[in-house]
Amino acid sequence: MRLAILDRGHRLGTKILFAIIRTVSRHPVLDVIKLVKYRPDFYRAAAVTHEAMRGPSAWSVGDRELMAAVVARNNECEWCTTAHSAVAAGAYGDRSKVAAVLADLETAPIEEPLRATLRMLRKLTREHTVTADEMRAVLAAGVSPEQVEDALAVSFAFNVTTRLAEAFGFAMATPEAFESGAKYLLARGYR
Amino acid sequence: MANITQARQALVARILDKKGEAPQAQRRAAFDNAGLTGALATLIEKVAKHAHRVTDDDVAAVRASGLSEDQIYELVVCAAVGQASRQLDAGLAALAAASGRK
Repeated sequence: MRLAILDRGHRLGTKILFAIIRTVSRHPVLDVIKLVKYRPDFYRAAAVTHEAMRGPSAWSVGDRELMAAVVARNNECEWCTTAHSAVAAGAYGDRSKVAAVLADLETAPIEEPLRATLRMLRKLTREHTVTADEMRAVLAAGVSPEQVEDALAVSFAFNVTTRLAEAFGFAMATPEAFESGAKYLLARGYR
Repeated sequence: MANITQARQALVARILDKKGEAPQAQRRAAFDNAGLTGALATLIEKVAKHAHRVTDDDVAAVRASGLSEDQIYELVVCAAVGQASRQLDAGLAALAAASGRK
């Protein structure tokens, strides 16, 4: 990580927690954990992210994790794409569906409302804006306004997280460490 | 429906309005990606628009300009939350226009 404080600047209690995580998980502590545990009084990400990803929604957990992976891919954040592809694959119980969406959204075997929503998130993430006509296309695909708001909440959370991952320079983890992290997020969420 | 309105407001209020290592005006400028100069302006513009292009040198240049790591941490967080906020507002405005709500 580009800031030494994010690797080594944590309070003693947090350092002890990291030692426990390393022992129990048998993996190094993921850089995202180091980030959110550094001055959590300043960057309170958990409330927003947990509500967006695990709060009440017509979208499944798998759908929302897939949205996170698509936002990450379109911000060229390999770390977050890998992490949330693993969570989406776990939630769906289907790795190939996630891979197909990331390879080609237009031909992936998903329902049209989700496809239209992912298209909109791709545009918003890449170009920072979306038009009313593009939003009408999402609604016309059968997505409710509430579902659009839920998707925008996921987009908000991951347009923050992916920027921090890239700016601070998260170190890639092993596939096993990402799998371990994915299991934790599916069991416990983001709080 | 998931509702992040309050949590988002609390997040933004904390990073902009309360105590920090970086001056409040500088945090606001990073959030807005406006009104900064020099190495810090370069870093914040990258975080907002294409964070994957941030380099070790970008961060080193800001450190060399006299900012502490905690100040850089705060300003990068502000920049990320600011850009994501503008995107969310753009999305909600498009939704309102498309659905005739609110």
